[in-house]
Amino acid sequence: MKRIIYSEIDGNSKPFYALAALLGAFVLAALASAFYMEHYGHYVTGMNNQVVWGMPHVFAFFLIIASSGALNVASIGTVFGKKIYKPLGRLSGLLAIALLLGGLTILVLDLGRPDRLIVAMLNYNFKSIFAWNIFLYVGFIAVIALYVWLQMERRMNRFARLAGTLAFFWRLVLTTGTGSILGFLVAREAYDSAIMAPLFIAMSFSFGLAAYLLVLMAICRGTGRELGDTVILRMGRLLGVFVGSVLYLTAIQHLANIYAAQHAGVERFILLDGGIFTSLFWIGQVFIGGLLPLLLVYRTPKQNLQRGVAIASALVIAGGFAQLYVLIVGGQSYPLNLFPGMEVSSSFFDGAVATYAPSLPEVGLGLGGVALAGLIILVGIKVLRFLPTTLANAAIDPHHEVTTGRP
Amino acid sequence: MSRKTDNTQTQESPDFDPQRRSFLGAMATAAGLTLAPGVILYSITKSQPTEARELYAAVSSDVRWGMLIDLGRCESGCDDCVSACAKENGLRGHGRPTTDAQWIRKVDIKDPQTGNSKSLPMLCQHCENPPCVDVCPTGASFKRADGIVLVDKHTCIGCRYCMMACPYKARSFVHEVLEDQKSFAPRGKGTVESCTLCVHRIDSDRLPACVEACSDTGGGAMLFGDLNNPDSEISKRVAKYASQQIRADLGLKPGIRYRNL
Repeated sequence: MKRIIYSEIDGNSKPFYALAALLGAFVLAALASAFYMEHYGHYVTGMNNQVVWGMPHVFAFFLIIASSGALNVASIGTVFGKKIYKPLGRLSGLLAIALLLGGLTILVLDLGRPDRLIVAMLNYNFKSIFAWNIFLYVGFIAVIALYVWLQMERRMNRFARLAGTLAFFWRLVLTTGTGSILGFLVAREAYDSAIMAPLFIAMSFSFGLAAYLLVLMAICRGTGRELGDTVILRMGRLLGVFVGSVLYLTAIQHLANIYAAQHAGVERFILLDGGIFTSLFWIGQVFIGGLLPLLLVYRTPKQNLQRGVAIASALVIAGGFAQLYVLIVGGQSYPLNLFPGMEVSSSFFDGAVATYAPSLPEVGLGLGGVALAGLIILVGIKVLRFLPTTLANAAIDPHHEVTTGRP
Repeated sequence: MSRKTDNTQTQESPDFDPQRRSFLGAMATAAGLTLAPGVILYSITKSQPTEARELYAAVSSDVRWGMLIDLGRCESGCDDCVSACAKENGLRGHGRPTTDAQWIRKVDIKDPQTGNSKSLPMLCQHCENPPCVDVCPTGASFKRADGIVLVDKHTCIGCRYCMMACPYKARSFVHEVLEDQKSFAPRGKGTVESCTLCVHRIDSDRLPACVEACSDTGGGAMLFGDLNNPDSEISKRVAKYASQQIRADLGLKPGIRYRNL
């Protein structure tokens, strides 16, 4: 294994500026969407008093979950000592920060009063998991920044493992916190469950690695850096394990609910007769986001490996959005059970399945968050040395010579 | 005599300066105008010491405000409580039922096994252990010492987590710009709101608007009072007759109880 050399990307080409301009346009569109929503009020969105969290939250949850998962690549290298992952660690940290900032920006801009962000920074109710998350998110960014610096500064490399261990545990707590935002909602049958925390951790492993793989492949292709099959094969297989874990925990989540007769209604809604939610669950989450990627990462012929893993990653991300839509919007669409066993009706839609159709500004805000994450990555790799000049098999695989039989 | 006086005035006249006099006069007027409102306010508060003191006295946990709603007296078609609440607190629909605020609503329930049906008013249950207060990140949702659950409109950031957490769907988000608000029921676009139990009325010894309307023109189904005072009518009634909390299984100990549910 040769010494790894990191470098910035050139970043002076037309495609670079075109991509930056495109991402910038999406960010501007998101700001315009947010301004429109804040100026007229949220009635211009699809959200209402029944479905209070909509498309912006689907995007925000996705990015925040994927953020903590993206850091795993660094953890595997420094904390668990897998040498092949070490050259990938810096980008992992950048991706984690970028995705988190993208998600948080969406959350803040969707607030009824985003101008009061300072209030949220100065007034804390420590019984609220939401308030804990503010600390967890801000702290996470600080810990990763330190971790990335320790990896970049050769004289400080020996402390990277310590920071990496801290970051790894921090990310577990952070995703536990994100899952518990829903898990602690005792009143809503679709959420009230301790399994939300481990489920969200598995989701973060899966979505984060998928996002990492796509970003890595895109950068290598765009900058002409060599990317060997060894590392993609390893990460592809790992993605398979994570996708399997999400499917497994999803099965437990629903089986446990089905077993309790009182939750039969909400389970029937999601799994059988919930219309769009049922379709998104079976086709989007289970088939496109679960079974197909599994097939792709384990059964793609070697000559098409990179393409297979790239498609699998994209499918995992699509399935992840479907899963969060079913969870967040579907979970709220099923009516609150105010009077168990009774038929209920009112002018406030008690007992009725809520209607929700995402509006353009909501989707614009969500896409803008994704674009912001992309922009941060783009600027990051242009100004700092996040990526090795090559990820060819010979350059990063310590066993390469042995496996190929060369001296 | 008069002449002498005149002389005296004439003798003092070298000191007389009309400009100085008008300056002093202007200053006196300005000072008077500045001080007068304060003096008037002070004298007003002084003249009504008891009212002023009661209004600003700390709320005490010796009191636990609550309501007992008798469904035997609540008619299905009657919504006097709902319209009284809207009138009192300046709630107006915008023709958008999914986003229009509702602080109190009539809910019809029917037992599918027996066909028995009831109608009841649903409002913030003013829980002893309110989930909305637990989850609020900024502490904008809070519970007063006397059990009334409120939203501080100055610290609510509009995250709507309380709406996710409330089991009673009691809260509404203000989805649009509001005009002509009532001074005692401030509301704001982008913040969450719910029944205040007409806290402004309670603080001046009046009944909540819904209770008053129910008693005046409705079926007299709503009884308001102090659940901590054993001599109050509501305490006597809940002690004598069986009453229920909605979703008692959640352990939230609501301040609103229902009879004949």
